Formats: sequence, structure tokens, C-alpha cells
Amino acid sequence: MTGPVRASLMVTCLGDLFYPEVGVRIVRLLRRLGVTTDFPAGQTCCGLPLFNSGYRAEAAEVARRTVPLFRDSQYVIVPSGSCAWMIKHEYPGLLTDPALRAEAESLAARTYELSQFLVKVLGRTRFRSAIPGRLTYHDSCHLRRGLGESESPRTILRNLEGAELVELPGSDECCGFGGSFAVRLPEVSTSILDKKLANVEATGARCLVACDAGCLMQMSGRLSRRHSPIRAVHLAEVLDTEAG
Amino acid sequence: MSERSTPFRQRAAAALDDTFLRQALTIATTKFIDLRREAFDEFPEGEALRDRARAIKEATLQRLDHYLEELIDNVERRGGHVHYADTAADARRIILDIAKRTGARLAVKSKSMATEEIELNEALLEAGVTPVETDLGEYIIQLAHEKPSHIIAPAIHKTKGQVAELFARELKREVAADPEELTRIARAELRDKFLKADLGITGANFAVADTGTVVLVTNEGNGRMVTSLPRVHVAVMGVEKVVPSMSDLVVFLAILAKSATGQKLSSYTTLVQGPRRPGELEGAEEFHLVLLDNGRVKQIGGTLREALSCLRCGACLNVCPVYRQIGGHAYGYTYPGPIGILLTAMQHGNAAVKDLAHASSLCGACVDACPVRIDIPRMLIELRNENVQHAVAPRGERVIFRLFARLLTLPRLYRLAAPLGRLAQRPFTRAGAIRSLPGLFGEWTRTRDLPPVAQRTFTERWADLEREQW
Repeated sequence: MTGPVRASLMVTCLGDLFYPEVGVRIVRLLRRLGVTTDFPAGQTCCGLPLFNSGYRAEAAEVARRTVPLFRDSQYVIVPSGSCAWMIKHEYPGLLTDPALRAEAESLAARTYELSQFLVKVLGRTRFRSAIPGRLTYHDSCHLRRGLGESESPRTILRNLEGAELVELPGSDECCGFGGSFAVRLPEVSTSILDKKLANVEATGARCLVACDAGCLMQMSGRLSRRHSPIRAVHLAEVLDTEAG
Repeated sequence: MSERSTPFRQRAAAALDDTFLRQALTIATTKFIDLRREAFDEFPEGEALRDRARAIKEATLQRLDHYLEELIDNVERRGGHVHYADTAADARRIILDIAKRTGARLAVKSKSMATEEIELNEALLEAGVTPVETDLGEYIIQLAHEKPSHIIAPAIHKTKGQVAELFARELKREVAADPEELTRIARAELRDKFLKADLGITGANFAVADTGTVVLVTNEGNGRMVTSLPRVHVAVMGVEKVVPSMSDLVVFLAILAKSATGQKLSSYTTLVQGPRRPGELEGAEEFHLVLLDNGRVKQIGGTLREALSCLRCGACLNVCPVYRQIGGHAYGYTYPGPIGILLTAMQHGNAAVKDLAHASSLCGACVDACPVRIDIPRMLIELRNENVQHAVAPRGERVIFRLFARLLTLPRLYRLAAPLGRLAQRPFTRAGAIRSLPGLFGEWTRTRDLPPVAQRTFTERWADLEREQW
């Protein structure tokens, strides 16, 4: 590869509004790793909430205006598996105009969820932990089943200096978020969530790592409501941005 | 049993409050999941056979009319009768006619979702024919006057203690909560029915076109009694269950039981080829095959085409986080779980699944478990989309989502969301968390805290970040 690697952050709506620290850490981390990182203006949301609820035409509109924002990006880094899935898996099919579709296909090929980018593109697997101690990992459905990615986050977490990864029983089971599902059927959503959190508690870990802001909002929302000592954090929050 | 007049959300919430149900579901679905995983772990050819099975289903759907004609010819050549039912009502009428003409009074049945779908038992009773379910699970729920809550384990919602109580009450005797004893009691009760019945009714897991063979996959041996003891045998089968040949059948048999119960093969695989022939010792004197359309054929070119490949193994129910919490009855229709939502839409129309189409977090566990890899989440999204387009989705929801969509395409307006959110959340924020909100957001905060909109969003921090030394 010639010249420095260039990456654009797609911060996502939840990342922008609720978890800006995750985006900030990603930018600092990538810069430390020598990646030129920018943040193309005009970003809103990938449109997944619209698409999943059946608002296909509306989601297509969002795709139509999001795709050109990343036209010049060498790589696009997304901190959530579900948003990465939306871009990689659904954008091309939503756009009927051949030129736009080709552009969406190009974007899909350049888009990576954070852990994938670190491991598969940069080949970086060794980091120092910003949160020492025992931690466990929840597989987000869209990352694991949608993008077929279960190894990259684990590779990073297993090699994390100062932390110990314990496997979460039923790690690939849904946390009950599911976008609007969480408010359409809140009782069922919470019941699924409680099962997930019982498994988390059984690991003895105080830190629950995930690579999706949706799952994190769901899991940390319940942990906080229960005054649990367990913290649900994004992968970027356990990676030391200064050294390692 | 849930009534459909109650909204789905309430039916689901009621199921969540049923401790016995939750306990029974957890035990049974966990066991099914483990057994299935072990079965495929020991069977490396399984993955390729799943793809092969799917390809056979696709190829058969391409020429369904051809294979059905071949099946009909071959069943008739062997002396059987074939009937085609466009609707559930047609199927009921055909079977009642057969019962009436043959003077049947007592019908024994082996487990069949197709006969549940056409609500045959109710129709038989009205016509003066007593139906007796002979599959243990079906026998239990018939005693309890309930419907199946799982495609292959109809009484999955009951604990053994509940079954013992039911037997004690209905059969008026002392019963221990011991599965072996319960089975022994059912067997003794049923033996007499098998001998007296004049009509045997079954479903069919497959029918082989080029030989005219109807195939039943069972575990209790009751299917074999139902097909061989009564004078008349009627098999009811969805039209999509035809497979071209015996070599195709073998592919499905290799993965069906593994997906359903984790068995290498089911205990019994019964092949029925027309009525008893001269010189044969067993089998019905009269054999009828009822081919059921009931919304299937029009899906060959429709949104739900993929669902026509379903083998009815129930694997998607076992892994579905929603099904595992609420069980089958809350869905309110014959077929529960993720695939059940699609089959309900097929048989009752999209409006019937207005709420059910959202009874999924779209986690995709069903796709992984499905022996023929049916992409159920994709079709649920399609159904949601159709319900939006045809204004079946609630007006309020449509307005909110379309406003949201507008906001996402207007970045300058979108940037106002953060300051407005910060202003609006002020009265609700305590110690860095939002614990209670009105309206739709209240559905979230009922059980979960919500993070407040950040004091400075990432977009608002970017200018500083851009200038940062590095």
C-alpha cells in the first residue's frame, strides 16, 4: 500500500448523540496507529431503523444521500455492527439507479466495523487495556450473523494487555434490543435482556464489551436501572488510545 | 389459550407472567438447541446437505405443477384417491365427505400441523365423528382442550407435573408426575381407540412424486398404527411438500430429525404407497391424499416464496429469543414462532400479522438453525414494508417514521436535534441518566435507563478534535 492509510469515521446517530466519547477514542486510536482520520460532514443516521420497520423507500432516500458523503474515503469505519451491516448488506439493493448502486457497492466494500478494520486491514491485534481486569464479550447479532464476524473482536480482547477475557455463555444470543422492537414489545425485550444479563453476571466480569451502540444502550440501560456494578462499554472504550 | 381479540403485546406480556410456562419453555428449548448442535457437530456432511436440500426445494417450486401431476398420477396408479383443496374449508369438506361416505364414527390421528391449520377436529366433532389424537403431545393438549404451542412438540408449554394433574382429572385416577408412567397410561388408553377406529388421519412430511409415496416422520409408532389399522386412511398435505424422487427424500431425511430433535433419524419413517394390495397383511383398504393450497400457490411468485421450503422442524422456534420467552399460544395462530408469522401471513393475509411481523428482534438465529436456511428476518421486513405501503401499519407510526426520515435527509435540521434534546431532557435527567419519560419513550424507561444526549455530541466536538496535536 502506498502512502498513509486514510479512514473516515461514520459515527452513527447513537454514537453521535449518546456516545461521543467512543468516536473521540476511535479517532485518537486510529491517529496513534498512523491512520489519517477524518469525519465527513453531513452525516445523520444510516437509515437502519427505517429499513427494519418497513420504511424501505425512506431508507433508500437516506442511503441515496449518505453514499456520496464517503465518495473520497479510502476506508469507512463504523463503530456499530448493525450500521456497518446496513451499509454493506442493504445499501446497494436499496438504490435502483445503476450509477448510485455501483457507488453503494464500492462503499460497501470499503466499509468496516471497527474491530474488523483494526484486525483485518491494519493487522493490529495487541492493545493495552484501558479498563483492567476480567471482561466478557457480547456478540451483536448484526456483526456476528449479519457480517459473519465473531473473531476480530475476540482476537483483540484475548490479546488485551492487563485484561482477561472470559467467554459469555450464550454470547451469540440476542440482547433484546432490535431497534423499535425494544419499545414495541418492551416486556418481551426486557425479558430477553434479563436472560442475557444473568449470563453476564455468571461470568464474574465487571466489564461487558460489545461492538454495537444499540446493544450497549439496551444492556447498560438495564444495568444502570438495577444499580449493577457491571459496566457495558464499547470496544473502543477498553482500548488504551495512548499506548500499547 | 390466548384470544386473538386481545392485542399481541398483552398476550405476550401475559405469557411472560406464567412461571410454569417460562420454566417449561426454558427446559425444552435449551434441550432441543443442545441436541441439534450435537447432531450437526457429529455430521460434517450436514452443511452441504442443507444447501442441497434447499436447492431441491427451489427446483421443485420452479416446476411444482409438474411434480404435483406426477404425484397425483402415481398415487392414483397405486389405487389411491387424490383431492385438491384450494382452501381450508374445501379440505374440511373433502374429509367430511369421505367420513360420511365410509360411515366413520371414530377417527384416530397422528400428529399433523396441516389438520390443525384446517381446524379439522372441530369439523369432525360437529359431523358426529370423534377425533382422537394419538401422538402423546397432541393427546395431552386434546385432553386439555388446547391447541399445539410448538410445531413438533405440541405440549411443550406444559410441565410434567401439569400433565400428571391433567391426566388425574380427565381420566379420574391417581397419576405420578413421571413421564414413563404418563406414556404408559396414554398408550393403554389409545390402544383401544386404534382397534376401534374406522378412519385414520395423518399429515405428511413429504410425498415422493415419481413413486406416489407419502412419507411420515414420527417417533412414537402411533403414525404406523394410524396408517395401517383403520379401514380408511386420509393424509393431508400442503402442496409444497412434494419432492421429486426417493434420492431427494434421503437428503431431507438426513437433516430433518437432526434439526428437529437432534436424532440421526426419527424412530419411525413410514412410507405409504396407496391402499393395501391383494396379499398384503396390513394397510388401509381405502387411501386418500388431500393436497392443500390454502394460500401457498400464490406465494410461489410472492413475497413469502422462501417460506414454502419450510420442513416444519421447529428449529427456528427453539432458537428464537421471542418464542423462548412467550411460547406458541401468544402468537394466536396455528403456526407459532418466526416461521409461523410468515405462514400466518400466507394463510390469513398481511393484516393478520400487523403486530406479529414485529414480534422479532431480527436477530437471525432462525436463519442459522433452519435446515434449509430460510431468511425469515428478510421476509418479516418485507411484510412490515407491505404493511406500511398499504397503510395497514398504524397512522401515528407512519407519521412519526416519515418525519424521522425527513429529518435524516436534512442534516442542518438534524443538527438541531442535539440542542433540542438537551433542553427537553433536562427535567428528566438525574445523576447522568434518564429514568422516566412520557409517551413512546416511556416504553423504554419503564424497565431501562436512557443515556441523556451528550453535553457535546461528536459532531460538536469534531472541530476541536480536528485541531488536536497528534
